[in-house]
Amino acid sequence: MADSEADWNILFACWVIAAVSTAGSLFFSHVMEFDPCVLCWYQRICLFPLVFILAAGLFPLDRTVVRYSLPLAAAGLLTAAYHNLLYAGFIPKGIRPCAKGVSCTEEYINLFGILSIPMLSLLAFAALTALLILLKRREP
Amino acid sequence: MKKKKIFAAVCLALIGGFVLASSYYRKQRAAQLGFMAQKNAETFVRPHSPILGDVAAKVYLVKFTDPACETCASFSGFVKQIMAAYPGKIKLVIRYAPFHEGADAVAAMLEGAKRQGKFWEALDALYVSQGYWTQHHQVVPDLAFNVVGRAGVDKERLKKDMKDPAIAEVLAQDRADAAALGVDKTPGFFVNGKPLVVFGIRELRALIESELLASDSL
Repeated sequence: MADSEADWNILFACWVIAAVSTAGSLFFSHVMEFDPCVLCWYQRICLFPLVFILAAGLFPLDRTVVRYSLPLAAAGLLTAAYHNLLYAGFIPKGIRPCAKGVSCTEEYINLFGILSIPMLSLLAFAALTALLILLKRREP
Repeated sequence: MKKKKIFAAVCLALIGGFVLASSYYRKQRAAQLGFMAQKNAETFVRPHSPILGDVAAKVYLVKFTDPACETCASFSGFVKQIMAAYPGKIKLVIRYAPFHEGADAVAAMLEGAKRQGKFWEALDALYVSQGYWTQHHQVVPDLAFNVVGRAGVDKERLKKDMKDPAIAEVLAQDRADAAALGVDKTPGFFVNGKPLVVFGIRELRALIESELLASDSL
């Protein structure tokens, strides 16, 4: 019983991360009126469903939810990693996929000199992926 | 049961936090721009800006408009109504924010019409026949030119005036002011320097009326 309690807590933490990130993302786009760039959209596609999928796995606790949520988290993590490399200038201009529309490298916010929007996304997806892998490893 | 309660509490906290943060952010932003209004009112009203209304009117309704923008056209009727409802109390200031492709040329036509004293006639004509001179959201400058001509503007003179670099300067200034004030959609309204934060006819009326009250115009 103690095990399933810990599993529930891990999954709940995942859901909180996804929900807070979704709220933050919607705040940036709807309240602060920052237009999401193409890469942001790909990350949102990975993030928004997690709020519902993870919540569904909580009641009652269903460990198999990892199978459905980990691919989304991993895809989001990869996109976020790419976005951050682009943002930091490690990927040269020529292969940037979003020359039209909103620039993926425009700086909207910068908290404490390091926390840009792509960085927040990277942190959220990294935490989600790590916690979901942890949950997967704990499977009996 | 406890878990469900925690889950529900977090949901509520998130939604509540979102709503509170939104209203706080909007207030901050409005306060910021209001402050800017006092400090540099010229950002809102330039000497070249066309102004309609009584000289003594204390309430400046500044409209950043794109002649090709449908919402701008549909708001123009409402703006007329509210100005008629408070005669002599409101001044309408038009600023250009030609965001549609090709709308620059139409703004230049309006500036040309202004030199012939036909600005408001030309603007009304363009709004009314917008569907004719824009096709699939694309500006057809020749058709717009005809519309302006039919509003009583001398076409030959207009053609010459439109090439005047002074007109390009006016457009560049308006564009820069729009950017400085954070106008990225049209119409962008400011009433005595206060931005219309939530877009809508009712909201605009409320903002105008609160400024009428604040300026002792009522």
